[in-house]
Amino acid sequence: MDASSALELILTGDATLFAIVRLSLLVTLLATVCSALIGLPLGAVVALTAFPGRHAVIVIFNGLMGLPPVVVGLLVFLLLSRSGPLGDLGILFTPAAMVIAQTVLITPIIAALSRQVIEDLWAEYRDELTAMEVGPLARVKTLLWDARFSLVTILLAGFGRAAAEVGAVMIVGGNIENFTRVMTTTIALETSKGNLPLAIGLGVVLITLILVVNAFAWGVRHWSEAHAG
Amino acid sequence: MLDRAASTSATSVLGSDLPIRFAGVDYRVGAVLILCGIDLEIAGGPPTILLGPNGSGKTTLLKLAMGLITPTAGAITYGGRGMPAPGTRAFVFQKPMMLRRTVAANVGYALKAAGRRPDRLEIARLLAEVGLEGLDDRPARRLSGGEQQRLALARALARDPEVLFLDEPTASLDPASTKAVEDIVGRVAKSGVKIVMTTHDLGQARRLASEVVFLAKGRLIERTPAEAFFTKPSTDEARRFVAGDLVI
Repeated sequence: MDASSALELILTGDATLFAIVRLSLLVTLLATVCSALIGLPLGAVVALTAFPGRHAVIVIFNGLMGLPPVVVGLLVFLLLSRSGPLGDLGILFTPAAMVIAQTVLITPIIAALSRQVIEDLWAEYRDELTAMEVGPLARVKTLLWDARFSLVTILLAGFGRAAAEVGAVMIVGGNIENFTRVMTTTIALETSKGNLPLAIGLGVVLITLILVVNAFAWGVRHWSEAHAG
Repeated sequence: MLDRAASTSATSVLGSDLPIRFAGVDYRVGAVLILCGIDLEIAGGPPTILLGPNGSGKTTLLKLAMGLITPTAGAITYGGRGMPAPGTRAFVFQKPMMLRRTVAANVGYALKAAGRRPDRLEIARLLAEVGLEGLDDRPARRLSGGEQQRLALARALARDPEVLFLDEPTASLDPASTKAVEDIVGRVAKSGVKIVMTTHDLGQARRLASEVVFLAKGRLIERTPAEAFFTKPSTDEARRFVAGDLVI
C-alpha cells in the first residue's frame, strides 16, 4: 500500500516531492562544483610539488575522506551560528549553509583521490613532458586534461557521497519545510512521522539518482578507454 | 623529409647546441657511481651510436646529454654554453609514453609544446613521415609497440630538433618494426639532424653508426669510427663485446 502510494507520488509528479528533489540536486551540484574548484587544484598541487610536510598533508587528506557528516555539520554550525566567526553572514539554516557543509565533507575526497590520480599520471608523463620542455602550468593543464575521465569519476563519487548525506545538512539546514528540506532529511523525518509513501518515494528517487550517476561514471570510463586510450 | 639545414627553426637563431662536450662527468645515485670520468665530444654529422652492455650507463649518458639530469661532478657544455638552447633537442624513450589522446592530438601537442602551430597539414606531414598516415583519429594507446615508437618519433620530429636522442628505440620491437624505425632514423640523419642513439644490438650499430662510443661499467672505453670499431677494436672489452662474448 505504502509502496503503491509512493509510486503514485512519483508518477503523478507530486509537487512537494519534486520540490525536495530539485533542492537536493541544486545543493549537491553546487557543493560538488565548489569542491571541484577547491579539491582538484589542491590535489594537483600536492601531487606535483615537493614541500616539507607533504606526506603529513597526504595522510590528513586521506584521513579526512572518512569525516563523519555529523561532525562536519557541527563544525559548520559552530562557524555559522550567531556567536561563531562567520555568524554575521546570517546563512545558518539556509541552503547556502548546506552547500558549505557538503563542500567541507567532499572536498577531502576529491582532493585525496585526484592527488593520487594526478601523481600516478605524473610518474608516467614526467620524463616525456620534461624532454618536451613543457612548463609547469602547461604540465598541470596536461595532467588534468589527460586524467579528465578519472577525475569526472571522482567528482561523481563526491556527488554521490554528498547526495546520500543526512547528518550535516540536517544540523546546518534545520530541515525547514519548503526551504531547506532535502531528500535525505525528509526521508528521516517522514519515516519517524509514519508518512511512509513520501519517504519511500524519495528513497526510490535517491537510489535511482545514485544508480544513474554510477552508470554515467561507468559509461564515461568505458567511452574514454575506447576513444582516448 | 624536410632538410634541416634549409629549415628556419626559430630556435636555431639562439645558437647551435653542438658540439656537446662532457668534461670529467660523473653521475652518482647515492653511493652508486653510474658514470665515471666521462670526457666526450658529440659533434654534428652522421649518427653517433652509444654501444655497450646493459647497465653500462648508456641511457644515463643520453639523459645527461639531453639535459634531463645533471652531472654530480664535471660539466657539460652545449656549443660552448653552459645551458642548451630551448627547443633544439628531442628525445625518444625506450618505452615511449603516449598521451591519452588520439594519434593526431599527440603530434599536435608536441608541435604546441615546441611553440609551433598544431596545424592539420603539418600533423599529416609528420605522420606520413613516420608511416602513420590514416591513423590520425586512433587512440594513441591502442597502437602497437612499433606504431607507438614511430608516433614518438613523429612527436620528436615535431620539435624540428638539431639533435635527436634515441634510447634503444627498437629494444622491444619485432624485425619489421625495427626496420621501419631504422629507416626513419636513417632518413632523419640524412636530413641533417644529429642522431645520438643507444643500443646493445651490434647488428643495429653496424647498420646505423658512423661513430661508436663504447661504454662498459660506467666508463667510456672506446670512441672510434664505426668501421674501425667493428674491424679493429682497440680495447680488450670492445674486442670481447664485438666477438659476442659476455661483457659484464
